[in-house]
Amino acid sequence: MKATLPLKLRDVCVRRRGKTLIGPIDLSLDAGDLTIVLGPNGAGKTTLMRAMHGLQRLSSGSINYAVPTVAARDAQAFVSQHPIMMRRSLRDNLIYPLKLRGTSRDEATVMAEDWAARIELTHALSQAAPNLSGGEKQKVALARALITKPELVFLDEPCANLDGHATRDIETMLLAERDVGRTLVMSTHDLGQARRLATRVIFMLKGRVHETGTADSFFSTPKTAEAVAFLKGDIV
Amino acid sequence: MYDIWDGIKSALYLLVTLDRDLIEITLRSLQVTLMAVAIGSAIGLPLGAWLAIRRFRYRRVAIAVLNAFMGLPPVVVGLIVYLLLSRSGPFGVFGLLFTPTAMIIAQVIIITPLIASIAHQAIRELWAEYHDLLISLNTSKGQRIRTLIWDGRRPLITASLAGFGRGIGEVGAIMIVGGNIDHATRVLTTAIALETGKGDFALALGLGFVLIFLSLFVNFATHALGRTERGRFW
Repeated sequence: MKATLPLKLRDVCVRRRGKTLIGPIDLSLDAGDLTIVLGPNGAGKTTLMRAMHGLQRLSSGSINYAVPTVAARDAQAFVSQHPIMMRRSLRDNLIYPLKLRGTSRDEATVMAEDWAARIELTHALSQAAPNLSGGEKQKVALARALITKPELVFLDEPCANLDGHATRDIETMLLAERDVGRTLVMSTHDLGQARRLATRVIFMLKGRVHETGTADSFFSTPKTAEAVAFLKGDIV
Repeated sequence: MYDIWDGIKSALYLLVTLDRDLIEITLRSLQVTLMAVAIGSAIGLPLGAWLAIRRFRYRRVAIAVLNAFMGLPPVVVGLIVYLLLSRSGPFGVFGLLFTPTAMIIAQVIIITPLIASIAHQAIRELWAEYHDLLISLNTSKGQRIRTLIWDGRRPLITASLAGFGRGIGEVGAIMIVGGNIDHATRVLTTAIALETGKGDFALALGLGFVLIFLSLFVNFATHALGRTERGRFW
């Protein structure tokens, strides 16, 4: 099977009611990285993530994967800041994407139970997913995204509104996925989290990509004054 | 006052002794309305879901028309169905006038817009909630509709029950197309109208009690479903 990545963005712009939300953006994403899209609130991180995943229509420009769009969409997953829980049990939430791909009910159930054990929610398998706590919902959303073994996963501030324990659990899962070579693109405005996880950083400001590079170079020698200010904790 | 008490006593006697006429009329009412609800739900639920997720040019107009159809006067529906099914009408050849089938057709026309409209409201809310997830999972339109109908099954059952409530209490249209023929097309509402006219309050009240019981049952069922929605285990 041909690899989905690299992903190339060319002159990507998203405008709404005459206001430019992001762009123009030129960017390339390669396989195997845990890329952190970093920036303050309103920088356009969520819009960029949604555009790359195909949830946001482009006003101009193009986004191209190494494979046709339909095949690329099948090879990726998206986890949003506010986890969407289907009105089903936790088990059925995990089974759902597998059934869409034609996995048998028995096989899907085994995989769902395996993932529930990984996220330490075996006891809640039969519970209504919308009634879980915020941290549990986010873990379920992440497990549901990963259960189909996507090549590329977009995570839009998955740890926003979570406490320290839940954040650590999510980060542990993400690091495990990074270590098995899965490509992850995650937005955050949390510098500490970016330092803990990133292998590559995309720094956004006012709808544009201000700086990109490896995590080491970005955090040790940022190239722009805005990045320096952001890393110092100043308001940019 | 004496007539009312006398009627209530006689009605209770008919209910307790399971009067044959009462049972027959009640079963026919249920047969007609349940069949109409089944057909109305088979059309209305997917139509409501489709209108909720599909974007097309005259969508707002279609929704407005659907909502307007909820207020269709049953007597006018009965008249139109009568004209369509009468000997000289386009479907007269089928010989359906004054049969339970004609009554089902009239009820389907009356309750389908109601079911579709309530389904549309319920699915629209669910679609807003699920939109990103279902797009992200690369689902087809058919998969989306099936998922929304399944996950929204409780409010959708409520929509069907609302259709049942409207159908079981309907009198104008089915009187016209059914003809209220004894042992053929007589149902609870048309029988109540007839027996009241004849002054036989015992049977009219007995039928009325059954109708009230069915309406209450539907309301309790709706309430119970609402409670399961908030339950811990699904």
